[in-house]
Amino acid sequence: MKKKTPEFSRSLILRALKQSLVMLNPLGLIKNPVMFIVEVGSVLTAGFTVWELASHTGAVFFTGFISFWLWATIIFANFSEALAELQGKAQAESLRATRAETMARLVVGDDIRTVRGSSLKKWDVFVLSAGETVPTDGEIVEGVASIDESAITGESAPVIREAGGDRSGVTGGTRILAGDIKVAVTSNPGETFLDRMIGLVEGAKRKKSPNEIALSILLIGLTLIFLVVVVTLPAFSSYAKTPVSPTVLIALLVCLIPTTIAGLLPAIGIAGIDRAFGANVIAKSGKAVEVAGDIDLLLLDKTGTITFGNRQAVQLLPAAGLSQETLAQATRLASLHDTTPEGKSALALAEGMLPTLPKVEEIAPVPFSPDTRMSGADTPEGAFRKGSDDAIESFIGRPLPQDVRHAVTGIGQSGGTPLIVVRDKEVLGVIHLKDVIKPGLQERFARLRKMGVETVMVTGDNPLTAQAIAREAGLDDFFAQAKPEDKMALIKKEQDKGRLVAMSGDGTNDAPSLAQADVALAMNSGTQAAKEAGNMVDLDSDPTKIIEVVEIGKQLLITRGALTTFSVANDVAKYFAILPAIFVVSFPSLEVLNVMKLATPETAVTSAIIFNALIIPALIPLALKGVAYRPIGASALLRRNLLIYGLGGIIVPFVGIKLIDMILVFMLTHVR
Amino acid sequence: MTAQDWIQIVLVAFLIGGAAPFVGHYLAWVFESPRIAPERLIHRLIGTDPDKGMDWREYAGALLLSNGIFFAAGFVLLWAQRILPLNPRHLSAMSPEVTFNTAASFVTNTNWQAYVGESQLSNFSQMVPITFLMFVGANTGMAALIAIIRGFVRSGTQSLGNYWDDFFRFFVRAFLPACVVMATVLVWQGVPQTLATSVVAHPLEGGTQTLILGPVASIEAVKNLGTNGGGFYNANAAHPFENPTPFTNTLELLGMLTFTASLPFLFGRLSRRPRQGWALFAAIMILFGLGFGAIEISEKAKNPLFASAGIAQATTPFLDGGNTEGKEMRLGITQTSLFSNTTIAATTGAVDAAMDSMNPLALMVAFSHMWLNEEPGGKGVGFAGLLKEVVLAIFIAGLMVGRTPEFLGKKLEAREVKLAALSLIVTPFLVLLLTALGVTASFGTSSMDNPGPHGFEEVLYAYSSGNANNGSAMAGLNAATPFYADSIGIEMLLSRYLPMLPLLALAGALIRKRIHPDTAGTLPTDTPLFVGLLVGFMLLVGLLTFFPALMLGPILEQLSMMHGVSF
Repeated sequence: MKKKTPEFSRSLILRALKQSLVMLNPLGLIKNPVMFIVEVGSVLTAGFTVWELASHTGAVFFTGFISFWLWATIIFANFSEALAELQGKAQAESLRATRAETMARLVVGDDIRTVRGSSLKKWDVFVLSAGETVPTDGEIVEGVASIDESAITGESAPVIREAGGDRSGVTGGTRILAGDIKVAVTSNPGETFLDRMIGLVEGAKRKKSPNEIALSILLIGLTLIFLVVVVTLPAFSSYAKTPVSPTVLIALLVCLIPTTIAGLLPAIGIAGIDRAFGANVIAKSGKAVEVAGDIDLLLLDKTGTITFGNRQAVQLLPAAGLSQETLAQATRLASLHDTTPEGKSALALAEGMLPTLPKVEEIAPVPFSPDTRMSGADTPEGAFRKGSDDAIESFIGRPLPQDVRHAVTGIGQSGGTPLIVVRDKEVLGVIHLKDVIKPGLQERFARLRKMGVETVMVTGDNPLTAQAIAREAGLDDFFAQAKPEDKMALIKKEQDKGRLVAMSGDGTNDAPSLAQADVALAMNSGTQAAKEAGNMVDLDSDPTKIIEVVEIGKQLLITRGALTTFSVANDVAKYFAILPAIFVVSFPSLEVLNVMKLATPETAVTSAIIFNALIIPALIPLALKGVAYRPIGASALLRRNLLIYGLGGIIVPFVGIKLIDMILVFMLTHVR
Repeated sequence: MTAQDWIQIVLVAFLIGGAAPFVGHYLAWVFESPRIAPERLIHRLIGTDPDKGMDWREYAGALLLSNGIFFAAGFVLLWAQRILPLNPRHLSAMSPEVTFNTAASFVTNTNWQAYVGESQLSNFSQMVPITFLMFVGANTGMAALIAIIRGFVRSGTQSLGNYWDDFFRFFVRAFLPACVVMATVLVWQGVPQTLATSVVAHPLEGGTQTLILGPVASIEAVKNLGTNGGGFYNANAAHPFENPTPFTNTLELLGMLTFTASLPFLFGRLSRRPRQGWALFAAIMILFGLGFGAIEISEKAKNPLFASAGIAQATTPFLDGGNTEGKEMRLGITQTSLFSNTTIAATTGAVDAAMDSMNPLALMVAFSHMWLNEEPGGKGVGFAGLLKEVVLAIFIAGLMVGRTPEFLGKKLEAREVKLAALSLIVTPFLVLLLTALGVTASFGTSSMDNPGPHGFEEVLYAYSSGNANNGSAMAGLNAATPFYADSIGIEMLLSRYLPMLPLLALAGALIRKRIHPDTAGTLPTDTPLFVGLLVGFMLLVGLLTFFPALMLGPILEQLSMMHGVSF
């Protein structure tokens, strides 16, 4: 399932073709004014053909042929949209298939009743045991379980989900490996993320994103200009005593209005959502993907995002005059009931240094509290605490001893985290915790920098530690000693400066920041609150996935701009094909404008209209795949795309129209 | 091309490039410094509060109201010419449609003249309604531009400034003093400035000739500095009393560019982005230079029809080689080409040669300038129009760098695109629809002087000139008929205010946007690449819009001329 590649199976194409015929319905097509005009032209030319057939006048074959290609133009455009839509639906349905026909054990009062998974409603509570499949999305309210999420994420390693914490979400279709849990349903049938995602790609429910609306307006503006160009042409041509047939005028109009981009525009937007989905990110709106391309600042939590979640204790540094053993002893007592990975690693390190491990009878564990930012235990030998240097300093009410401060600074500068151990406000020494930075991040951050996205690490660590890690990981900036509410303040501050901020998060206390951020990627493993607050959900629960989303957003905008440029640039060649064809009979000197040396006026007009139709299917793969984004700086990127789509857009139709003209001439001579 | 030609070209280029930044910075000071005493006095006299901020609706409202009053006053004064003073020749009022056309023409900074100044207007009419409208028309354009620029560069407010404040700042500190200086220099060069109406001359060949005089120098100054273009005489700047020497010819063409070419620098100063100012200046000058080059080459080229008719076209010490028909020998082809390119490009519409006699390719340049109307275009509105092209070009190109397009840190979204596009489509609609009417209806074709493509060009030129608020005429076409006087009159009003209102609304939309700091992913808009993109976009869109018209007009005529066919 991971990294779904677009599938162009035969059945998909057939379904798309069928769908594109249904979409000829003018009531639906009017939402795309440019294509609607093409449809009006198609109907008119079809009418002319019938009339010419009945009255035995005019060039029936020519009119009919033009009409045929006008219809083809609309069908090709519809086809691109239908294909993108079906592709997204196919992806979503393959996911949905995993959760079909699952039974759920619903809790009703004290009873447990077995019902169909699809009948579960929001706030219903059901129970799950090892071996069962989760019937729908929910949040664990009781218990802990090991879950196989490979059906969703493709990742085979089991994950732990438990009540209360920030990893309480379960997803329909995943399987319980061990444990018993009680789960509250978080969405009504038909309102899960998958359902929303399907709604996003389906024509009827799809809303245009802001940039898509802006571009549509520009296309309508261009269409109006070309409409007045074509409407006034009969007046000019009658002055020049050269009658122009309505069929040729319609052909000219369709060639000039930006049909290529207008036809492919819906497909480009849907394909962006599809691509995000291919990266296992479910966007809640097309706008979210689009905005991702505009991000200026990316906030990243240090822990779990930049570094592996668990820091390792690597060294114990006793204070002056104390032995290593004293510190190890204290570390052991302070960490005995600490369940955090850091605590466990400190315990393991300390126990390894002690010759004997006496049983500890009377001990009252003091869990970590966000206010004191310390944890430890109260024992008859004294109150042991460990915590960051500033937390300890405020606890003991005086600065750390000189040598300890020195050790702290040294650890901090090396990128490690110092943890101070105290007994009854007496400083015993320092535990050196080391962060392990995830591989491959440096290159990704360098890439982001070239895109113009600044990366900021948010951490509760002291500034020195934060700086060292930020430098090692290649981040632009860091925000040290941050409390959860600081993140929110930071986002607001940056937004007030006019910048767009992205972040990823999973915890309930991330929810307000996720709601405030412009692009917020929630982890599927996270709490329901976080998933509701974010505008995207990552099924893989990988916080760095946001980088891929940024690229997908950029690709989306580039594809729109590139195809618009291409579409408008194409008009130059079409003018050179059609205008001389209209006027060369009256003004033979205009033959020099027939630079393509097209055979006859009829083949010239027909070639232009065929090119105009065929360019749409030719560009469908590009529209669906997206124009590649390269982080080479805005100017270099523009130069590159202008050359390919601007200059290319001027040249390609000259070649294409000439080729079609040659084929037409060949066919005409051989048919006769 | 002779050395003398090159010296003229380099001198003009040097003077424009050297003076424009200073004038632009001076204008920035005019609009940003505290008001000076005469301005305060004016506001006290007319009872306006210059400190009251106006949002775009209020600004547009004040602008339309003032222009409505100016138009009405101009119309009434022209209509009452017979009973007003300084009319010793007892000239009666012009026909109602020509009076309407003239008032519309002058309030919109067009200065299309459907009348013959020296024989139809009294000195009072020249000095009061005509000169007054010339001043306020140009002033209005400048005020509109300042408001529009504020939309682009300001943030955190709704106020585009105060219309009356902007209006009088420019008038008191820039426009009026510049006109006084220029008029004085013109008088020194021999341009008449008198209340006398005529003088009798005794030419060498005997007999007598009555020469009409009047306050020519003052009109001449405001005509050029305000990119108005309406001359005292029908022959306009080809008349020796309006434009006596090559020096005045150069001075007048520089006058047209004094304010218009400096506007990019005003923009650069107000946006605190001087490089942006240079980039926009470069875009303008590239189009301006391309136009001049094409005219010069076309006019210096040998016409095969002249050759077969035995007309001398070789360069001699006494004669410029090329198409000298309809040109003043005392100015020569290069001076004429420079002047013509400037007058069309800056939408002044003053002419020192007969446009009707220009070669088709030169006419093509004239058409292109009028359709784009932004290189540099008329006082204020030309540069405002350029900003609209910038918005649209950035919108398409900006997408290609993978961000929501932005200009000066402001995101360009649906509303901005809609308003810029709205402003863009006015020109094709007015020019093409009216030309279609003119070349098909009998009341339109009957005014043509020539058949075939040249006749088509005459009509196209009239409506292009009216639309561009340019005012130059190709001549040939009899535009004093009720049909042309009314249709061009209405067109001038529509083409003045229809594109201006969406641009003020655009400023109103932009001013509410936050300014977003530039990042490495932001498209820089002050680079040669961007200048090329902007110029390419303007040419492409302009070419696509008017290609059929160009083909049936100048292109067809040029090709026919090369085949030795005339119409």
